[in-house]
Amino acid sequence: MRKTLIWVGALAPTAFAAPLASAETVVWGAQAEQFEYRLGESDELLAWDFDAFVGTDELRLVWRSEAEYGLDESAFETLENQARLQTPISDFFDAVVGLRVDTPDGPDRVYGVLGVHGLAQQWIEIDADLFIAEDPTFRFEAEYEGLITNRITLTPSIEVDVPFTDDPEIGAGAWGPTLEVGARLSYDLVDRAISPYIGVHYERVFGESAALAREDGEHVESAFVVIGARLSY
Amino acid sequence: MKNISQRRLGALALGLMTALGSAASADVYDITVDRVQIDTGEFTRSGVGFNGASPGPVLRFKEGEDVTINVTNNLLEDTSIHWHGLILPFRQDGVPGISYDGIAPGETFTYNFPIVQSGTYWFHSHTGFQEPDGAYGAIIIEPKGREPFRYDREYVVQLTDAHPHSGGRIFRNLKMSSDYYNRKQRTLLDFLGDAQEQGVAAALADRGDWGEMRMMPTDIEDLQGFTPLINGKGPEQNWTGLFEAGERVRLRFINSSAMTYFDVRIPGLKMTVVQADGNNVQPVPVDEFRIAVAETYDVIVHPKEEKAYTIFAESMGRTAYARGTLAPDEGMRADVPEMRDAPLLTMGDMALDPAMAGMHGAMEMAGGEMDHAAMGHAAMGHDGMEHDGEMAMADGDLPPGAHRMPDGTIMGGPAEDPFYAAGSGLEPTAAEGGKFLSYSDLKAQRPLYEHRAATREIELRLTGNMERYIWSLNGVKYEDADPIRLQYGERVRFKFVNETMMTHPMHLHGMWSILDNGNGKWNPVKHVVSVSPGTIVYMETEVDAPGEWAFHCHLAYHADSGMFRKVIVEGGPDEQAALAPKSEG
Repeated sequence: MRKTLIWVGALAPTAFAAPLASAETVVWGAQAEQFEYRLGESDELLAWDFDAFVGTDELRLVWRSEAEYGLDESAFETLENQARLQTPISDFFDAVVGLRVDTPDGPDRVYGVLGVHGLAQQWIEIDADLFIAEDPTFRFEAEYEGLITNRITLTPSIEVDVPFTDDPEIGAGAWGPTLEVGARLSYDLVDRAISPYIGVHYERVFGESAALAREDGEHVESAFVVIGARLSY
Repeated sequence: MKNISQRRLGALALGLMTALGSAASADVYDITVDRVQIDTGEFTRSGVGFNGASPGPVLRFKEGEDVTINVTNNLLEDTSIHWHGLILPFRQDGVPGISYDGIAPGETFTYNFPIVQSGTYWFHSHTGFQEPDGAYGAIIIEPKGREPFRYDREYVVQLTDAHPHSGGRIFRNLKMSSDYYNRKQRTLLDFLGDAQEQGVAAALADRGDWGEMRMMPTDIEDLQGFTPLINGKGPEQNWTGLFEAGERVRLRFINSSAMTYFDVRIPGLKMTVVQADGNNVQPVPVDEFRIAVAETYDVIVHPKEEKAYTIFAESMGRTAYARGTLAPDEGMRADVPEMRDAPLLTMGDMALDPAMAGMHGAMEMAGGEMDHAAMGHAAMGHDGMEHDGEMAMADGDLPPGAHRMPDGTIMGGPAEDPFYAAGSGLEPTAAEGGKFLSYSDLKAQRPLYEHRAATREIELRLTGNMERYIWSLNGVKYEDADPIRLQYGERVRFKFVNETMMTHPMHLHGMWSILDNGNGKWNPVKHVVSVSPGTIVYMETEVDAPGEWAFHCHLAYHADSGMFRKVIVEGGPDEQAALAPKSEG
């Protein structure tokens, strides 16, 4: 683990040294794509996924947080926090380096982050991150905001997590992906600051990860109805 | 009352009254910069104003006088006042970081400069987002001699786009999400409509082309959700100017908006444009005109009937309108027209965008070379494009110079108004038929300078990254750019190449901008030159003012995100004096 930290620390100054020199307006903001209650057949969860950022055109520091809190167990099934430094590498994409710390109820994990974040053609928002540790994983996220009207938005999303090695403590089997797909229908109630939504959320694990889940008597797939709000400030 | 001295009050009263006889030549003015409440009729917010109000006072100067203006900052932050369009020593120009350091809280700065021109101008804070937050006012300068037109009374008609959010909040939101305020985006419902009209394949292809560039044809107003005001009054508050039937009324239109262009008309009245940006032009009767951000137009109307007329100013993106009334009596009102449909940008407007060059086989072209000479010196569509060999040339059905756009439309060669791209979605027409003013119509009444060839050309590409909300010149933001250095005595020809999909009102401080609209020695003399997307526009400047000046897009959030330069004029008889250390402010 220590190796990873040193490595990330060494990369950061070279990649981001130049932009830091310019003195320009610092902007900040926070956006929660998901802040919701999930109701499934056997599970009730609270979940969030938000980014808070501060920085300039050349360099942004992003705090990204994702969590799933089981209401039955009163425990965090997932609790991830990332500190990410983003800098533009093209008109529409940023390079990302950072640190991810997972502290759910269960084993903790720390990863270095190396990724890209941006807007692909046809307005598809992309995150592709390599999480570097003894047991590295890769994550790809895509999201599209489909405007039905200028206030009603249908947002389909997909997230795939692929562990490269076995990390059975956290239910990860080598090359056994976890898939999350969702669709959320939101209405911009107050400006773009508060947009309540309803939607569906589906998760499934495959391959070795699925085998691990079955061994532990956990569900391989689960579907939820969700209700929540996109928040932005 | 404590903010306004007796002397000032006298000048203000005179200034607000009709211009019968000559105003007193009050040469000392006191202005305070204050936190104020702004009530638009649709929302109330706190903002920044002058002498306790937004808009601030109408300052009335006289050509030839020396003015002393004491500006006291009652805010808790720095402030400044820039005298927009006024020719003055650069230390008096009021741009923090270029002319001086600005005015600290509690401080008074004394401006002192001679008035060497006449006409309609305005003033505003050049600090942060105080201007969008309400810190603007009007300037009227009476000429020494007689004016070449007659009128019986006059009104300032000062437009702005008051927004419920503070300028700082707006800037932050735009940086977070550049479409934050765009509520005119194309939706699934629009798509279904297009598919019904044009067929599914064409509608999909069009969405595909815009999506490939990650741009929006509805991106005409970055900032929506504002309430347009006339002299501080919203559409429901209905600012009213009185007249008696048969009088000639001079309306001094000033667009003090942060971001919004307006299309202005007064149904039932012909307007005769007599002045643009403070300089008299040969009169042009029009039915409607477009006023760019920071421009001024003086028009004369001649209402002959005892009835009310609506002053109707739709925003260019048709998201809101300003409304006022001209009437024989207070309380009278006329019909308020419906707003027209919102325009859509076309691929013609994107013609100079580098993203277009990268589009695979996006464009078919016919007729080969466009006839550039026929289009005057202004806007042409295609200089910046790289056409690849795959382009299908010489489509027999298309007239010379015509294009088939990826959005399916066939453009009939050069635009009717050369200041819009061929096939532009932005080119306006008069709502009720008749004449819509074009830049081509503007001819100086009396040229300020001898007409001569420019000594040098400087190309400025207007560039930006809409998605990141970064705006720049030649791809470089203000923070990263070297100043533009001009030599005293040159005549510089600026070539603006608009590679973005937005319209940019370019404003050079301290020196006049002679718009090259093909009228030669009669080219009009302006302080703002608006450049439509996909066009190339030239302006020339006689470099006659030593010192350091600002040069920027006057859209507040474009200027602040980098579409800005410092201009340094080197040499000249007054260089030593001009560049001497600042006086204690």
